[in-house]
Amino acid sequence: MSMRLRELIRAVRQCKTTAEERALIAKQSAAIRNSLKDQDAAYRHRNVAKLMFMHMLGYPTHFGQMECVKLIAAVGFPEKRIGYLGLMILLDERQEVTMLVTNSIKNDLGHKNHFIVGLGLCALGNICTAEMARDVAPEVAALLASKNSYIRKKAALCAIRVVKKVPELAEGFLENASALLADRHHGVLLCAVTLALQLCYVDANHATTFRKHVPILVRILKSLIHSGYSAEHDVGGHADPFLQVKMLRLFRVLGAGDAEASDAMSDILANVASNTDGSKNAGNAILYEAVESIMGVESVGGLRVLAINILGRFLANKDNNIRYVALNTLAKVVAVDTQAVQRHRHTIVECVKDSDVTIRRSALQLVYNLVNENNIVTLAKELLDYLTVADLEFKADLCRRIAELVARFAPSKRWHVDTLVELMSKGGAHVADEECRAFAHLVSATPELQGYAGRALYKASFEMRGESGWKLAAVAAWVVGEYGDAVVSRSNRLEDEEGFVASPKDLVSLLESIVLDAAVPHAVKQVVVTALAKLSVRFPSEASDVKRAVSHATDSLNLELQQRSCEFIKIFERGPSLTGPLLERMPAFEVKSSSAYSGIGIEGGGGKGGGGGKAPAAASGADLLGDLMSLDDDAGAVRGSGSAAAATSGANLLDDLLGGDMGGGGGGGGGGGGVGGFSAAGSAPADPLADLFGGVGATAPATAPAPAADPVMDLLGMAAPAAPAAAPVDFMMGMGAAPPAPPPPPPIDPMAALDIGGFSAPAPAPAPPPPPGSFTAYEKDGGLRVVFACTKPDPMDPSETCVLATYANSGASPLRSFTLQAAVPKTMSLSLEPASGADVPGAGSGGAPTTQRLRVKNAQHGVKPLAMRLRMQWTDAASGAVVVEQATVSFPPGM
Amino acid sequence: MTIRFLLLVNKQGQTRLANYNENVPQEERRQIEGEIVRKCLARSDEQCNIVEHRNYKVIYRRYASLFFIVGVDEHENELAIHEFIHCVVETLDRHFGNVCELDIMFHLESVHYVLDEMMMNGQIFETNRRAVLSQVKEFDAPPASSS
Repeated sequence: MSMRLRELIRAVRQCKTTAEERALIAKQSAAIRNSLKDQDAAYRHRNVAKLMFMHMLGYPTHFGQMECVKLIAAVGFPEKRIGYLGLMILLDERQEVTMLVTNSIKNDLGHKNHFIVGLGLCALGNICTAEMARDVAPEVAALLASKNSYIRKKAALCAIRVVKKVPELAEGFLENASALLADRHHGVLLCAVTLALQLCYVDANHATTFRKHVPILVRILKSLIHSGYSAEHDVGGHADPFLQVKMLRLFRVLGAGDAEASDAMSDILANVASNTDGSKNAGNAILYEAVESIMGVESVGGLRVLAINILGRFLANKDNNIRYVALNTLAKVVAVDTQAVQRHRHTIVECVKDSDVTIRRSALQLVYNLVNENNIVTLAKELLDYLTVADLEFKADLCRRIAELVARFAPSKRWHVDTLVELMSKGGAHVADEECRAFAHLVSATPELQGYAGRALYKASFEMRGESGWKLAAVAAWVVGEYGDAVVSRSNRLEDEEGFVASPKDLVSLLESIVLDAAVPHAVKQVVVTALAKLSVRFPSEASDVKRAVSHATDSLNLELQQRSCEFIKIFERGPSLTGPLLERMPAFEVKSSSAYSGIGIEGGGGKGGGGGKAPAAASGADLLGDLMSLDDDAGAVRGSGSAAAATSGANLLDDLLGGDMGGGGGGGGGGGGVGGFSAAGSAPADPLADLFGGVGATAPATAPAPAADPVMDLLGMAAPAAPAAAPVDFMMGMGAAPPAPPPPPPIDPMAALDIGGFSAPAPAPAPPPPPGSFTAYEKDGGLRVVFACTKPDPMDPSETCVLATYANSGASPLRSFTLQAAVPKTMSLSLEPASGADVPGAGSGGAPTTQRLRVKNAQHGVKPLAMRLRMQWTDAASGAVVVEQATVSFPPGM
Repeated sequence: MTIRFLLLVNKQGQTRLANYNENVPQEERRQIEGEIVRKCLARSDEQCNIVEHRNYKVIYRRYASLFFIVGVDEHENELAIHEFIHCVVETLDRHFGNVCELDIMFHLESVHYVLDEMMMNGQIFETNRRAVLSQVKEFDAPPASSS
């Protein structure tokens, strides 16, 4: 004997924990299954009702489906009723069950009791599959003409389902559907209009059939509006708003692209739009639909203005739902009729400050669409004002949008500079690096505004302190460093610029204060230190102050910062012959797409950077080299053969970057080549961004096989002649950002070369240890050796690991068509990039080892360590035999 | 222009009625219900009753401790749905005589019957309260066996 439904519900409610509830349901499910097995007809009804309840709670109930089928086949009405209900709710479109019920439903459709026919239609309308649709379509079409209004409306809805499932059946319903459009019964009419809409959606040609009915529909709608009060259909003073809405929608479909039909309905649309009372929600629903229809059909201009004015009125409504739909609709029509929407700009901007976040988001979207060259000045001001109070989640996007819009529509460069400075000071940390970069580009490309921008930034960053001011501080430092002389100059003042004066001393002390601020991130300080170095050239009088300021960083815990500042101090000591060319102003640069910065899709030869750029003071650079070389004793390195690879793949990365950064300089190209060459030889690709930012720890990997010799030395050889050109690298480019795509491999830097070359700075050992993530994954004596260098590309996401596999061959003969396949456990995902070459050259050939990048994402990082199986296959060049090797890789802990 | 689902959820986030008009796997239903309910419950009274969730719009109305939540596709008239919810509630109110959460819990199939007379296959098809209720009553007339 099973529990009654009521008792079950009560028992479930009394359960204190989900475990308790689960146990109860499991027990009940078992009881129901038993009862079903016993074919106990008396409890069927109850069982299905209980199953429905359990289904609603989210427990499996599929075993009840067959019971529903049995109930449907029963004779009694109550059984059928609960059976159909159970079927509609429990069914999960399993083929066999739907097949079984098709016949029962078909029988019921022909039943003489119209209640039972109604049940069948209702179920069909809710669960009908394509196969069922084909089976029952004739019956449904016939029922559309039934005498009973209840059957007619259900049949119409059922037809919608049939047509949706099997569009080619639509033809069979057209005639009856058209006839239904003249029905007097509201319910039937509503269903008929819905069916007509569906038929038009299925095939646009059907719209022509229904266009003939436009006059009738217009008449019906007119009588609906003017019929006066009828208690049955009245909702808030409107006669059947649901029907009105549906009819308006049908008008929209029929009128779209057809002038004649649009003309026929324009009167009634105007009538609805102007006479509907918008004080109640129901009325607004009608108005909203009317507006959509007016905008959707070929209406005359006056009508469109009326529609947009209705939306304007909606915006002023205090009901948020209405404002929400108004904003969304305006966003849709802004492309069609910008002028009319612009008139409501003020109200829209007000909505950006609404208390409801949904409204704010919609309004913001609309404002972005509204901006054009005429209103950018006002709207940008509004948006900037809003930026300070905007939700945190909006800020980053807002900053990006403002920068984008300003760049597109800025009326003048000066305004552009002003707005971006304001954006950076208001947006703070939410301003993306791209925007900072774009600003730097703007300044470098606009010589007449360099001083002005510098002063504005100086002032802004003077006022802005703390975390939110760091981005601004970095940009300000860059501009002040590059154009310090222009900043203090009085000759380049713009008209009506306020009489604000910054002395060289002020600039240096501002930068110094940033270096001293313990909270400022190292990335910013690095920019600042470089800027300080540059100022020492701009203002020789401040050299001692600069030196003092830079010296604060020499004991920084950040190796890069420490190293760089020590280097600068050494460079200062060498005097103007070195500092002059080294710290020269950056030439105006081209902004490249972000993909170029991240090293993806870089192409072009090694000489790209060498084009039109100037190569400052090559002679002094050469001197420098000599000096460096002579000092270089303890490095104990020999120039390796790796230089042969200088112009290969990896070389392009930095080269291209430098080219983009500083407009070239032959030396720049060379320097790039050198670093790139190193990367190819030394198994650690020099990632351009990390590279610029420098040799953090400069752990030049010694994992490279013999040919690489001492990569640093190699680098020096290549890069040193270019050192002066390579030095004024734009540090902005790497500011604070983790490189997006490529993982940060042990970075190398032209500056590091200088360093190793002889300065006594606390530099890394000449033969540094391999990076922590590097190990031999597979080794065969006298043959292949696979070295994995693991890095975490995203410091925030330790689950992702980037593996750089280096294939080295200690055997004499090269390995031809080498392929590596890797497999990881299910919890990890792996992607393999193509290898740098198809062959692994032999030991004596001097070629660079082949590398390949693998990316592993471990969904259970911290729980399960990385694991991988490798399968390597190659053709031995000497014997021509195909060799297959397998290996299991054990990763070091922590990966 | 389809209603994708109608949910009745109480303030504790327990589903009291679920009516889906498309085939959604059980686990996904749970997930959707959880997400939507959390979103709706977190909103204040002044906020608008329309929430965008995944690829559909959700329109909800709160009656005492019960939330009526309707998920629609993007082409639906949100205000009409808002009105329709009220129409459903009024109809249920008439049917049960001051409907409350317990009525809905213990007479789940009754509520389904009423809904089946108002919407089908995601389309509203009858909004006349009297027509709906007389139909349900006629159906109920043959005494249903106890449940």
